[in-house]
Amino acid sequence: MSGQAQVQLSDVVRRYGGPSGLQALGPVNLEIRSGEFFSIVGPSGCGKSTLLDVAAGLVAPTSGSVRFEGKELHGEVPDGIGVVFQEDASMPWLSVRDNVAFGLRTSGLPKKEVADRVDHAISFMGLAQFAGHYPAQLSGGMRQRVCIARTLVLRPRLILLDEPFGALDQQTRLLMGDELLRLWRETGATVLLITHALDEAAMLSDRVGVMSARPGRFIDMIDTKWPGDRDSRIVSDPKFGALTARLWSSLREESLKTMGRVA
Amino acid sequence: MSDLSLETEQATIAVRRRFRGFDAIVLTLVMLALWQAIGSWTQGVAISPPLQTLVYLVSLLRTWMFWDHAAATLEAFCLAFMLSALIGLALGLIFGVRRFAGEVAEPILAGFYTIPKVTLYPVVLLLFGLGMSAKVAFGVMHGLVPVTLFTLGAVRNLPPVLVRTARALRLSPGRTMRWVLVPACLPDIVNGLRISFSLSLLGVLIGEMFSSQRGLGFLLVNGMAQNNVPLSTAIVTVIVAIAIAANTLMLRAGRRFARRPEAVAR
Amino acid sequence: MRWRHAALIVRSAILAFLIVLLELCCRAGFIDSLAVIPPSEMIASMVDQIRSGELNASIATTFSTIFIAFLLAVVLGTAIGALIHRWSRLRDVADPLLASYYSVPTFIFYPLLVALLGLGKAPLVVLGILSAAPAVVISTLSGLDSVAPVLMKLSRVHRLTPAQTLWWIVLPAALPHLFTGFKLALSYALIGVIAGEFILSGTGLGYAISYAYQSFDNRTMYGAMLFVLLVAVTANGILYVWEGRLARRRSRG
Repeated sequence: MSGQAQVQLSDVVRRYGGPSGLQALGPVNLEIRSGEFFSIVGPSGCGKSTLLDVAAGLVAPTSGSVRFEGKELHGEVPDGIGVVFQEDASMPWLSVRDNVAFGLRTSGLPKKEVADRVDHAISFMGLAQFAGHYPAQLSGGMRQRVCIARTLVLRPRLILLDEPFGALDQQTRLLMGDELLRLWRETGATVLLITHALDEAAMLSDRVGVMSARPGRFIDMIDTKWPGDRDSRIVSDPKFGALTARLWSSLREESLKTMGRVA
Repeated sequence: MSDLSLETEQATIAVRRRFRGFDAIVLTLVMLALWQAIGSWTQGVAISPPLQTLVYLVSLLRTWMFWDHAAATLEAFCLAFMLSALIGLALGLIFGVRRFAGEVAEPILAGFYTIPKVTLYPVVLLLFGLGMSAKVAFGVMHGLVPVTLFTLGAVRNLPPVLVRTARALRLSPGRTMRWVLVPACLPDIVNGLRISFSLSLLGVLIGEMFSSQRGLGFLLVNGMAQNNVPLSTAIVTVIVAIAIAANTLMLRAGRRFARRPEAVAR
Repeated sequence: MRWRHAALIVRSAILAFLIVLLELCCRAGFIDSLAVIPPSEMIASMVDQIRSGELNASIATTFSTIFIAFLLAVVLGTAIGALIHRWSRLRDVADPLLASYYSVPTFIFYPLLVALLGLGKAPLVVLGILSAAPAVVISTLSGLDSVAPVLMKLSRVHRLTPAQTLWWIVLPAALPHLFTGFKLALSYALIGVIAGEFILSGTGLGYAISYAYQSFDNRTMYGAMLFVLLVAVTANGILYVWEGRLARRRSRG
């Protein structure tokens, strides 16, 4: 883990519908170190996904700047970033293997290299048995694994995940969390995870940022100081309970604000 | 995330609504201009221009002859549509509930739909002779299949959870039908009826064109034969207006039914 | 699986039974022989006409007209559909038009087309296009609608060019809907062209049927009719099966 900031958001504000439009996010200041596992939690509608879009370069900030590895982003996704979305982004017309290989279509790599990387990613994500299947034949969890494998083949240095396990049941989620940690350790990539599940953030991350209700700003930043070889069994550590409690105490008021707005 | 996207969506809808009225007027003017252009370019040989048509139509609506023909069409159409609707609903219900029968019948119905029914017209004429029964037969021939297919689909695609809910609430079969099943199927059935309406009308008009001395279809053919261009244009206008009006009304009705919440035990 | 095969067998049996029933009724005289001829005669007549080459010219004319109308309808329909999809203002105007389009009987415009374009292939092709193109527009719109927004985001993450996005994501995602549109286009073009030929034409299968009817030549008429029906059912049947295969792979597996 080098000390250099890989991702820098400076005074980022994002509005929809022009200069006097709805402010979804900000101002946000954030620095993520290379190789860090950073999670963001916050009430629904606070702009977490917008933050991810800005960090990825999918969306340009209305004001402020975003930097990835020192270079400023202007609404275009740079090389070296992988994104796993909340919705199922597997392509139903391609087999698992072709889905995973999709990211390398434009890479210009020789066929053998592509095949090697694809095979590696597929077996890494435990999908070797299903390489010839189609997404429609797989469960939700497996489809997300396909999407993660597809991101993996590109060897990204930064992996952004937007509530990737939101549609899964709790037990699958815990196991997928372990998979994510394994992935993080073996690739050495930086991980930015957006989640609404406090326990997930608490057990997986090096650092957790808590966002306020819309417009989202960081109201708390917690260092977990977990060991690098952790997995889901860390729930038995007493610190886990304290962490989750602290997250909730920061978050509860913000969530109530959001509930009032919606209801 | 949820209410953010909702608010921006509502903002966009408001903007689009502002233009909608204006665009509709522009479109109408464009279509009228096109009509006028074709009419004058062909020097009234094929189609008469809008204004002339309108004038002719107004005077036509004052004649007893027109309403006599219109009544003939209306009579045949009502009969054809009612038969299509009733038989179609019945068949659709049967085929929807009895899965296997539905499985057997559906491709036959769908296949019939794709046949150029015009090629069967001589058979209808030979079997029913000329006159009212042939017209109604044409109408039913065209209008029956959509109602059947849509009803079949609606019944077959009923979410099972609705039936389970009705049972959990201990509703009688009658109430289950009235409060749960019928409202759930209604949007699709209305769609089927809407399409059947247009097609029954089409069938009746064709029947009149080929086999009758009365009716709007006959007027149309007669107008063309006598080279009375304003007449044929006026009749076409009337038919188009009725078809679009009826279709729009039924579309709106269908949408209203779709928005109603499932009427489960009051 | 067995369900579908059983249905196929029962369906074929029912159809066979009905044909045999019709045959017997005609032969026995229950049905007036001046109205309907026995199915065996229909088949014989059709085979004769094909063998003797009587129908060849009509077949060539009709099929070529349908094919041209179909192709143009598909090309125009897809292009217009893509255009409308891009501009939401255009779409707001077009949606109600499209919703009401098929409620108007297109054949009433056919004499107008003849008056404008003469009595040849042109009005028939135009009639075919007018019948078929809107279905393609509608299905192109629903196909483009069906492309999940997350896939468009994915294309930006992978930094695809617009052309790559279109070819690798939009088209495959929209394909089931597009294919349905093509199937409908063929169906409507066929119906439109033959109806046109029947109403007012000098050549083609529709005209052949109409002429035979007016000449009281039932045998020829039924033979030609049977041929048209078989062609329609077969062409649509093939496309229907193809469409089903496409959908099945993506939805249930």
